[in-house]
Amino acid sequence: MKGIKKNFLITVLLLLAAVTLYLFYNMGSNWEFALRLRGVKVAAIIVVSCCVAYSSVAFQTLTNNRILTPSIMGFESVYLLIQTLIVFMYGDLTFQVLSGWGNFLLSVLGMIGFAFLLYILIYKKGKDNLYLLLLVGIILGTLFNSLSSFMQLLIDPSDYFIVQGKMFATFNKINRDLLWPSAGVLVILLVVGFRTTKYLDVLALGRDQAINLGLNYNRAVQLFLVIIAILVSVSTALVGPITFLGLLVTNLTYELFKTHRHDVIIAACCLVTAVTLLSGQFVMERLFHLSIPVSAIINLVGGLYFMFLLLRVRKL
Amino acid sequence: MIEVKDISKHYGRKVVLDGVDLQFPIGKITSLIGSNGAGKSTLLSIVSRLLAQDGGVVMVDGKNVTDYKNKVLAQRLSILKQSNHVRLKLTVRELVSFGRFPYSQDKLTDEDNEKVDRAIHFLDLEDIKDAYIDELSGGQKQRAYMAMVVAQDTDYVLLDEPLNNLDMKHSVQTMKTLRRLADEWKKTIIIVLHDINFASHYSDYIVALKDGKVKYCDTTDNIINEKVLEDVFDIKISVTEFNSKKVCNYFM
Ligand SMILES: Nc1ncnc2c1ncn2[C@@H]1O[C@H](COP(=O)(O)OP(=O)(O)OP(=O)(O)O)[C@@H](O)[C@H]1O
Ligand SMILES: [Mg+2]
Repeated sequence: MKGIKKNFLITVLLLLAAVTLYLFYNMGSNWEFALRLRGVKVAAIIVVSCCVAYSSVAFQTLTNNRILTPSIMGFESVYLLIQTLIVFMYGDLTFQVLSGWGNFLLSVLGMIGFAFLLYILIYKKGKDNLYLLLLVGIILGTLFNSLSSFMQLLIDPSDYFIVQGKMFATFNKINRDLLWPSAGVLVILLVVGFRTTKYLDVLALGRDQAINLGLNYNRAVQLFLVIIAILVSVSTALVGPITFLGLLVTNLTYELFKTHRHDVIIAACCLVTAVTLLSGQFVMERLFHLSIPVSAIINLVGGLYFMFLLLRVRKL
Repeated sequence: MIEVKDISKHYGRKVVLDGVDLQFPIGKITSLIGSNGAGKSTLLSIVSRLLAQDGGVVMVDGKNVTDYKNKVLAQRLSILKQSNHVRLKLTVRELVSFGRFPYSQDKLTDEDNEKVDRAIHFLDLEDIKDAYIDELSGGQKQRAYMAMVVAQDTDYVLLDEPLNNLDMKHSVQTMKTLRRLADEWKKTIIIVLHDINFASHYSDYIVALKDGKVKYCDTTDNIINEKVLEDVFDIKISVTEFNSKKVCNYFM
């Protein structure tokens, strides 16, 4: 417990340092403008970090594994499919027909629907097979991606840019209309989410133990799947898909914080994610003056790590 | 009392349990015996609502288990399954504390802590109570899970092969603990055992399952009988008396 407190403190300090550095490094003459611009990015990064941290940790506990996250399981493919579908149907009228909020709501509903599809396919039948889950996720993800690609081919090239803008995550083009509403949704969900971490602690013992200890297992799984679906929607709608971020930060957190308590793990994971994103963004944007989004690097590193974990999982 | 009425279960066309009718007397230890695949674990899972049956009902204190609130049932009936593995960073004491979840969730009272400590003492875990369970031996882990069930302090305790992985000393100690739970605390214990001598020594009643059916259900004395056991296990078993206790020898 002492080691955990120390690591927690260090991570908090790191986050403060990263925020300060990001906000104030080399501000230039128009400091007010720079500060406002950077402030928005920092806020977005923190919102995304909390979404990714909670949803990934909770999902891994529900599915009793450490290599799958909602993104890998195809949640983001659902988002892309919905975005493509909207543009496919409305073309360049998209923004007139559907407000940012309407779009967001549609994405949330789509992902909740997807969550319940997974639930029916896997939990309802009492199968808790990691490989089945991975298979279902990858198959559905590929299916949705193919559908999206197919429609993208049919879309008018000028409209295609609307879709393309949503395909790659970047903190340089944050959906600013959604930032404060997203933060509001996040706060509400985190309040609910943190009051229920004790159920995650029990769920981590496995289905049978959870039932033995008096948990309404199916109801609990449904609750967390809905929370996860909304959180993934928030983060994806805000900056776009960062497929392997969750995998990377959850495993880093488990390494640094050896505890079973989800309130600690999730809080720590929020911090770790924010530090990772902020420092990544700082290095890419300021030091290297690169226009490559930080998500590209994260997906490269995370993807390699995912393969490493898959190869290692055989002995689990 | 736990009553099982006409329980049946099948997977596809394969019948695993077929019309099982049983009553488990209060404050007694009832052993379930039978060959691999006889349906013992399935029966225990159905009684403890981990698995849905295809027919029949399970009554606990005169009320259908499905009519109980989850939390209330978890204060009356606990189950320990055959295999438990988690890869959590969880100490033995933290695991045992989960036994109090049905009562206090994660806010343990003094009474809860007392019960946790007593369970740890019961299962002889004091010197490893701060060890992480993923760093324990199979038998130590088994005892840690047993302690959790003891801490749960339910009237009915269902155990699926709890002696798995235990050495002789701890097997005997565990059975003595269960005996005390039954005699002093009036707990009703249903236990799956493979070692017929442990069943013979420590249980009050024995239920023998074969091919998904209750083949015999009687007092221990009546079941520990060469004819009956041969019929259940399809091997030759000789029963001799030793210090007025029956001992089975099946190395023949
Ligand atoms: N999920 C399942 N799907 C199909 N068949 C199953 C399933 N679970 C159990 N069975 C079958 O049900 C039968 C009874 O299994 P059960 O686990 O109850 O046996 P058991 O008496 O506990 O055996 P053991 O002594 O080996 O623990 C077995 O033949 C098994 O193959
Ligand atoms: Mg069994």
